[in-house]
Amino acid sequence: MSNAIVRVENLHKAYGDTEVLKGVNLEVDEGEVLVVIGPSGTGKSTMLRCINLLTRPDQGRVWVAGDEITAPHADVNQIRERVGMVFQDFNLFSHLTAEGNVMVALTKVKKMSKDEARKLAMFELERVGLSDKAQLYPAQLSGGQKQRVAIARALAMDPSVMLFDEPTSALDPELIGEVLEVMKKLAREGMTMIVVTHEMGFAREVSTRMIFMEHGVIAEQGPTQQLFYNPQHPRTREFLGKITELYGHEQGEA
Amino acid sequence: MDVTFWEMIWPALGRGLLTTLQISAVALTLGFLMGIPAALLRVYGPKWLRWLSVGYIEIFRGTPLLVQLFVIYYGLPDLARALEGLGIEAQFLVLDRMLAAYVALGLNSGAYQAEYFRSAIQAISSGQIMAARALGMSQFQAVTHIVLPQALRLAIPAWSNEVAYMVKYTSVVFIISVPDLLARGQFIISKYYNPMEILLTVGAIYLMIVLGLSTIMGKIERAATIPGLQMEVERG
Amino acid sequence: MDKLPDILGSLPYLLEGALLTLAITVLALISGFVIGLPLALLRVYGRKPAATLAAAYSTVLRGLPSLVVLFILFYGMAAVVKLPAFLAGCVALGFCSSAYQMELLRGAIQSVGPGQMMAARALGMSQLQAIIHIILPQALRLAIPSWSNEAAVVLKDSSLVYAVGLAELLRRSQQVAARTYQSFIVYSLCALIYFAMTFLANRGLDHAERALRLPTPLEETAH
Ligand SMILES: Nc1ncnc2c1ncn2[C@@H]1O[C@H](COP(=O)(O)OP(=O)(O)OP(=O)(O)O)[C@@H](O)[C@H]1O
Ligand SMILES: [Mg+2]
Repeated sequence: MSNAIVRVENLHKAYGDTEVLKGVNLEVDEGEVLVVIGPSGTGKSTMLRCINLLTRPDQGRVWVAGDEITAPHADVNQIRERVGMVFQDFNLFSHLTAEGNVMVALTKVKKMSKDEARKLAMFELERVGLSDKAQLYPAQLSGGQKQRVAIARALAMDPSVMLFDEPTSALDPELIGEVLEVMKKLAREGMTMIVVTHEMGFAREVSTRMIFMEHGVIAEQGPTQQLFYNPQHPRTREFLGKITELYGHEQGEA
Repeated sequence: MDVTFWEMIWPALGRGLLTTLQISAVALTLGFLMGIPAALLRVYGPKWLRWLSVGYIEIFRGTPLLVQLFVIYYGLPDLARALEGLGIEAQFLVLDRMLAAYVALGLNSGAYQAEYFRSAIQAISSGQIMAARALGMSQFQAVTHIVLPQALRLAIPAWSNEVAYMVKYTSVVFIISVPDLLARGQFIISKYYNPMEILLTVGAIYLMIVLGLSTIMGKIERAATIPGLQMEVERG
Repeated sequence: MDKLPDILGSLPYLLEGALLTLAITVLALISGFVIGLPLALLRVYGRKPAATLAAAYSTVLRGLPSLVVLFILFYGMAAVVKLPAFLAGCVALGFCSSAYQMELLRGAIQSVGPGQMMAARALGMSQLQAIIHIILPQALRLAIPSWSNEAAVVLKDSSLVYAVGLAELLRRSQQVAARTYQSFIVYSLCALIYFAMTFLANRGLDHAERALRLPTPLEETAH
């Protein structure tokens, strides 16, 4: 086996009659930043959720850092700890402060002491620039701040890979930059990342490889430069054209 | 249990069920007739009438139905006697058990229905009345032609809960010896000493009636639905 | 009116009955919660047969008069076990309430939203951990208003235990009424005591709801 952090083999998933994933194969090496693009409803979110088994694939296998998460008796919760996930709509726990959000899995899953967990939580909040908001509840934070807390929450678990599902799509334009900034910093620090996004500026600047998904399969993939400037697949070209038209302004390049 | 036993008791249970349904129907009707004006007064009435309505609603919702039944069935005749002592004729306060059941359950249901109607009325935006007034309707016309038709529809889910409640709660009248379904069941039990069979049978009959009525109310609700007009309900 | 001192003298006796009423209410509410919460969780998170069974339990119990449930436990079971009136009352009201509490808890759990569960699972929590640490702390807060309503319903329904002869508030009122021949005043007094209890219970739970409410953003009302 290679030194892939994430390996996905022949992933299939259907909801009722609609086949969402029709055989996805993917390998992500340590330190890679993979950007996934593709039209709405082509299974990008489903693929991400299959990687940490939030959605159970009908067929196919998934390895995370060498362990097969789809194995019959795999300790799914334990493997999930190593996969950080950031959602489009943040999903911060509404009954906990920013600090509490970062701490809860540390104390309940990693069984850390409260003091240790608090120290680590403060460290991670510092990392996303929110140490002064530690005592606020999600309802008291802006969208961008919420997403940064969500990133800190995932980072605190010390994951081997981070999954981002359109992390900036629910944000007002002026708040996108602060989240992308944090993600760029993470990439520079060498974090392995799989990012579904429409932010082409971010993709061009940070990603090492890109994937174009359509109709439940990976239609094209390659190094970022190649996919951007020399796409092989006509649909990729078309989609990239459309997306630059829609999201034309390139966010977070400041 | 042989066949003849059941043949013997079905008619009795049937008569009891009829009484139960009759009391429920009268109480719900009376409750409706009390509930609508109480709700309207609580929302639109002048201050003193508003307080009167609030008092009625809160007293009947804040005390047990059985206690209300006792005040009306045992208490009122006592009050009539006291008034007579003062030279005031008040025989009308002396109710027979059936009438006492109607009045107690009716007033009780009225208070709950008033609250259902009130929240339905308040869910209709004030813009509706304003628009009606702008068309030249009087306040009364606006309420009867514009607000109520919408509010009554909104109140149907709560109202169907109330129907199920009333049928179940009529069973308290057994305590003042009204021969309802439960009373008939208890009577058979005292004769044949077979409480479990009879109580389960009685329970099953209540359950079937409640489920049947809920199904019917569900149908009515669907038939009366207007797209985009909806709200939530909970246990009274 | 010459009976008034006699009635006032009976007040402590009535209030003792009110204490019994409260005891039944509290025990019924607790047992209703203990049964209702796991059923609500089964209904929402359980596999098909378990969820269906929970739903059926709720439908049946919500379709039966509390009085019938009480009689089944007190008279119907008498051949097997002779339950004391107090216990039969608590258990019967507890069963009835469990069905309603199940429904209100289910509503609260469902309004927490699937994203919270997903985020908790993504952090490596088991489903049970997610329910205990993430879902319930939010759902139970949301449930307080309906729960307070349910508490008032059970408090009022506790008067039904009168029918099996327990000397709770209503039964004691009846005794005092029979002795003083002042039914109107005594039953009205009884009603007043019930009213005060429901009123105070609602106020207390309102207070709890406000104390436990999560902070909301200062500027905007909705998120
Ligand atoms: N839990 C579910 N039940 C049924 N259908 C689902 C479920 N989740 C996703 N789908 C369907 O699967 C398809 C793929 O969804 P998915 O969310 O993976 O797409 P996506 O590529 O992430 O799209 P988007 O850009 O809109 O987020 C969609 O048609 C969606 O309706
Ligand atoms: Mg998606």
